[in-house]
Amino acid sequence: MADSHAHAAHAHDDHDHKPHGWRRWVFATNHKDIGTMYLILSGTMFFIGGLAAMGIRAELFSPGLQFFDPQFFNSLTTMHGLIMIFGAIMPAFVGLANWMIPMQVGAPDMALPRLNNFSFWILPFAFTLLIGSFFVPGGAPAGGWTMYPPLVVQTGAALPMLVFAVHLMGMSSILGAINIIVTIMNMRAPGMTLLRMPLFVWSWLITAYLLIAVMPVLAGAVTMLLTDHFFGTSFFTAAGGGDPVMFQHIFWFFGHPEVYIMILPAFGIVSEIIPTFSRKPLFGYEAMVYAIASIAFLSFIVWAHHMFTVGMPLAAQLFFMLSTMLIAVPTGVKVFNWVATMWKGSLSFEPPMLFALAFVFLFTIGGFSGLMLAMVPADYQYQDTYFVVAHFHYVLVTGALFSIMAAVYYWLPKWTGHMYSLRLGTWHFWLSTIFVNVLFFPQHFLGLAGMPRRIPDYAVQFTDWNRVSSIGAFGFGLSQLLLLYLIIQCVRGGARIGNRAWEGAHGLEWELSSPPPFHSWTEAPSDAMVARGAAH
Amino acid sequence: MTIRKTLARFALLAVAGVLSLPAWAESGWAQLNLPQGVTDMSRKIYSLHMLVFWICVGIGVVVFGVMIWSLIAFRKSRGAIADTTLVHNTGVEVVWTVIPVIILIVMAVPAARTLVELEDSSKTSLTIKITGFQWGWQYDYLDDGVMYFSHLDRASDAARELGSGIDPNTVPFYLWNVDHPLVVPNGVKVRLLITGADVIHSWWVKDLGVKKDAIPGFINEAWFKVDDGWTGMLRGNCAELCGRDHGFMPIVVDVRSKKDFESWLKSTAAGEKPATPAAPAATSAAAPAAATAPAPAASSG
Amino acid sequence: MTDAHAPDSGQYYVPHHSPWPIFGSVTLFTVMLGAIVYLNDWLGLWALIPGALLLATLFFLWFSTVIDENQRGIYNLQVDRSFRMGMMWFIFSEVMFFAAFFGALFYARVLSVPWLGGAGTKMFTNYVLWPHFDGTWPSNGPGHVGGRADASFNVMNPFGIPALNTLILLTSGFTVTMAHHALRSARRTPLAVWLALTFLLGFTFVGFQAYEYGEAYREMGLRLTTGIYGSTFFMLTGFHGLHVSIGAIMLTVIWLRVLRGHFTPQRHFAFEAVSWYWHFVDVVWLGLFVFVYWL
Ligand code: HEA
Ligand code: HEA
Ligand code: CUA
Ligand SMILES: [Cu+2]
Repeated sequence: MADSHAHAAHAHDDHDHKPHGWRRWVFATNHKDIGTMYLILSGTMFFIGGLAAMGIRAELFSPGLQFFDPQFFNSLTTMHGLIMIFGAIMPAFVGLANWMIPMQVGAPDMALPRLNNFSFWILPFAFTLLIGSFFVPGGAPAGGWTMYPPLVVQTGAALPMLVFAVHLMGMSSILGAINIIVTIMNMRAPGMTLLRMPLFVWSWLITAYLLIAVMPVLAGAVTMLLTDHFFGTSFFTAAGGGDPVMFQHIFWFFGHPEVYIMILPAFGIVSEIIPTFSRKPLFGYEAMVYAIASIAFLSFIVWAHHMFTVGMPLAAQLFFMLSTMLIAVPTGVKVFNWVATMWKGSLSFEPPMLFALAFVFLFTIGGFSGLMLAMVPADYQYQDTYFVVAHFHYVLVTGALFSIMAAVYYWLPKWTGHMYSLRLGTWHFWLSTIFVNVLFFPQHFLGLAGMPRRIPDYAVQFTDWNRVSSIGAFGFGLSQLLLLYLIIQCVRGGARIGNRAWEGAHGLEWELSSPPPFHSWTEAPSDAMVARGAAH
Repeated sequence: MTIRKTLARFALLAVAGVLSLPAWAESGWAQLNLPQGVTDMSRKIYSLHMLVFWICVGIGVVVFGVMIWSLIAFRKSRGAIADTTLVHNTGVEVVWTVIPVIILIVMAVPAARTLVELEDSSKTSLTIKITGFQWGWQYDYLDDGVMYFSHLDRASDAARELGSGIDPNTVPFYLWNVDHPLVVPNGVKVRLLITGADVIHSWWVKDLGVKKDAIPGFINEAWFKVDDGWTGMLRGNCAELCGRDHGFMPIVVDVRSKKDFESWLKSTAAGEKPATPAAPAATSAAAPAAATAPAPAASSG
Repeated sequence: MTDAHAPDSGQYYVPHHSPWPIFGSVTLFTVMLGAIVYLNDWLGLWALIPGALLLATLFFLWFSTVIDENQRGIYNLQVDRSFRMGMMWFIFSEVMFFAAFFGALFYARVLSVPWLGGAGTKMFTNYVLWPHFDGTWPSNGPGHVGGRADASFNVMNPFGIPALNTLILLTSGFTVTMAHHALRSARRTPLAVWLALTFLLGFTFVGFQAYEYGEAYREMGLRLTTGIYGSTFFMLTGFHGLHVSIGAIMLTVIWLRVLRGHFTPQRHFAFEAVSWYWHFVDVVWLGLFVFVYWL
């Protein structure tokens, strides 16, 4: 285990001209510095988005209105969704990509370092606009993160802020994705063939393609909202020959791939961690790659499963139902491969592994409810209820977010050179996992019993399960303070570790010192190192 | 190690809380699952839902079973040695691709069948146009010249204000009651023409198995046929975010016998005040406890 | 600043801290703040000026740095490849942006307008809500939105200016290819001439487009507000025109660089990037000509 490496001292003095002070961050071109900034931004946004969620859960603790005007409640929901998706989850994955991909493929840095910094620095401004919209006349956007017209066009002065914030986030994602693709395709060390790449790299490569394909479409969709409101176009009004539902088609053409953008890197992370702590190579490496690619492909032809109730023709509903169901097959392949990786392994349960295991269990539960949602007639009953809310929090919180936590626990020793307190990490895991289920599992019941989503107040028969859910929410939220504490403690100091923080870890990042040198691979890694890393 | 103790105590409390939940949530199983509803279609949807649910449970048991077994049997702490040659097996990979496909087909067939039936809105004998607006519903009996609006009822409306000081538990059918319910006959196939006046709403009554978006400028069709002989109140909500009072535009459907319906229609068309809530609402006002009972049962008979 | 130390060109060049990214973010923020206060009627159109100035400065300074680094030969072939791949994927993202608007056009033509006219399952939509609407394209919708005083409007004759513009763009695609050939065989004069022709054609295109817009607005009742037809027409051709303008400006910059003796027959990434961009603009136009003007 980690401690056994603690003596492996490594006085690596980086004599690179590392800039100091604020310039190091503001003018950064280093992939690790930029990665760190992404992760810090993500953490901040997670706390802000989480605070909004706490507001939601507090209002929903009891029937009747206790704290917020309904309009403000809708703003909370909308901003919670937008901030969590665009502010917490996506930047976290990009931050991990920044940190890990150059190290994992044997590159000195990202291919386009200045562009990299640009991608990052767009984001704080985007969120300034988005969060700033709380303070303008008419209040923050309150039409849901899905921004459906005509409702969203009733937004006050915040409408252009919302649209431009989305433009900025899109720009950042596109530039970031371009950089990642180019890094992977052009910066691999000699010998690092495509099919030797770690799965995290593979998953990001495919995710980056998805991003480039769909973020511009979202930009187009919100541009149409803007022109409909300010310049008199008729994209989404029937009187002019448009259709409000057209927005939904364009939005979900982005939106569904978007949810896979938030889960494919998670698959990659879990595929790194499970083999490490099973001390056994990943089962079915190639099948895993093909599965990711199939999921990405299918994600483009399932979008209308979010719109079964809008009155589409029967044939369209059937098509989207069947294509959606198909996604269960490659996703199943992934789940089965993870299980097979553990089979006849030699398992140990450090925090990264615990989170990865919880991911497999709980994401699968979220996948099952997704499958139920895909049955059109049944979706007529589930759509826009808390059943959907339960579904997507299982895939997003216990899926995407848990994978990010697993990744942080996995690579934090590499980043800092210190081992964190495993005991504290284990506590954080159990508290999070218990509370998150208390938080989201009852929402299945609420949804089935008929509680719609996006409401600040409810019929009294929903009281009990809402209380349970709220208690879970507060517990889950407070548990995250442990994580914060643990990270700060680990950055500050702790037992030194050697290159290979975990006994079973494979991959080029573990060939570098901990913490790694400022420029990762100024000399390309040796063939032996590449081969050792790619032992699958 | 005080932090540890505090945490332990906290966790214990949490576990105790979770364990006591079922008892606390006394409202019973009706609060956990989809209702079967009062139409053929709603029951078909219910069985589809249960079919898919049990299939997922089945898959879950198998997958999680294998996983838990691995977690127990192959622990390093119990001396398990990794078999690092086990990295690939075309046989099992084909099997675990094909079996899910078969399972999916098993689910898709009844789903498609039910869907085709649901979308067949021909041969209806009564047509009602429903218009969602911010925030209420307009009901228009197209062939009979009856039209009226339906809003959240007064009692709920008073109680729902911030700081109203009224306990929602004392309001009968809090947020699930309206001034003028939609009145329909049982045993008749009713066609709904659904549209929106301003933004998108969605007309949803789960016991009818109907949810259809009300889209401004377009009309969506839906239909239902309540079981012959069933009368009572059905309750639902607007199911698409439609602005500030989206949470406060409930739907109440008053199902009557054909005869009662006809006479109601006639008298309403003749200019009497439309659709006063039927007697049962008054009964439940007298007994607020009834408010927690499942809606359809509340006033049947 | 960016030239803190230049590794030999055998190594992948990693710039050491650069001020341009943050400058770029502040610029974008300023542009958008300007647009926000303008759209919300808090300030006049002049609110856009600071952003525009910053944007021009940004492009000038950032590209100067890169061109300078390039001229000093610190980019090796691998860096060159990175730039190429980057540009290709950037163009792909632009394609997807246009795809959204083409999607809107197809949706309107194939689905929403016929539906409003009662096609498919939307019989009642027409019968109850829009009883006198026939749902044929071109359309400004059942509410007859915009257009002339009587809500009528005309569509552009595809075989007037649009056909001419097609010819212009196709020719410019040819001239830029000729310029490329000249560059590769190190014939500088033809290179400069072909390139000049290309951007002149580009600006001519934009000029014709502007003229056409003027006519549409003044005489044909065809405006951005003319229902879904006007919306799709102007958003598609407008964004395209914007891209042509950007492309033509970039071509001009490349031309100036050619005059200064930049680029070698082997190494001329910027030239190629801009010519790819130009071809992309060309292809989008073909789509526009066929689906917006012609069919
Ligand atoms: C990370 C994000 C993520 C992921 C991965 C998924 C995955 C899936 N989602 Fe989900 N979804 C969301 C995020 C996500 N979703 C969000 C955010 C929304 C709501 C948006 C909004 O309205 O605000 C949503 C909404 C949503 C809807 C619309 C609901 C509605 O509004 O009415 C539907 C309907 O089909 C759906 C389906 C699915 C399916 C079929 C999958 C599949 O990919 C799941 C596949 C996985 C499995 C099935 C489990 C593992 C497989 C096996 C063990 C193999 C064997 C299994 C079988 C043969 C069954 N999702
Ligand atoms: C990817 C992202 C993601 C994540 C991580 C989360 C996390 C959480 N979500 Fe989120 N949620 C969405 C994405 C996400 N959600 C989306 C897309 C929607 C749909 C929006 C829409 O309808 O438009 C939604 C909607 C949504 C709803 C429905 C709202 C409605 O319909 O009106 C609810 C209600 O319970 C909810 C709850 C929560 C909770 C309690 C958490 C928790 O996991 C959050 C926990 C985190 C913290 C609490 C922050 C850290 C801790 C502190 C700051 C310490 C202080 C803590 C306390 C004081 C307790 N979410
Ligand atoms: Cu009407 Cu929600
Ligand atoms: Cu989806």
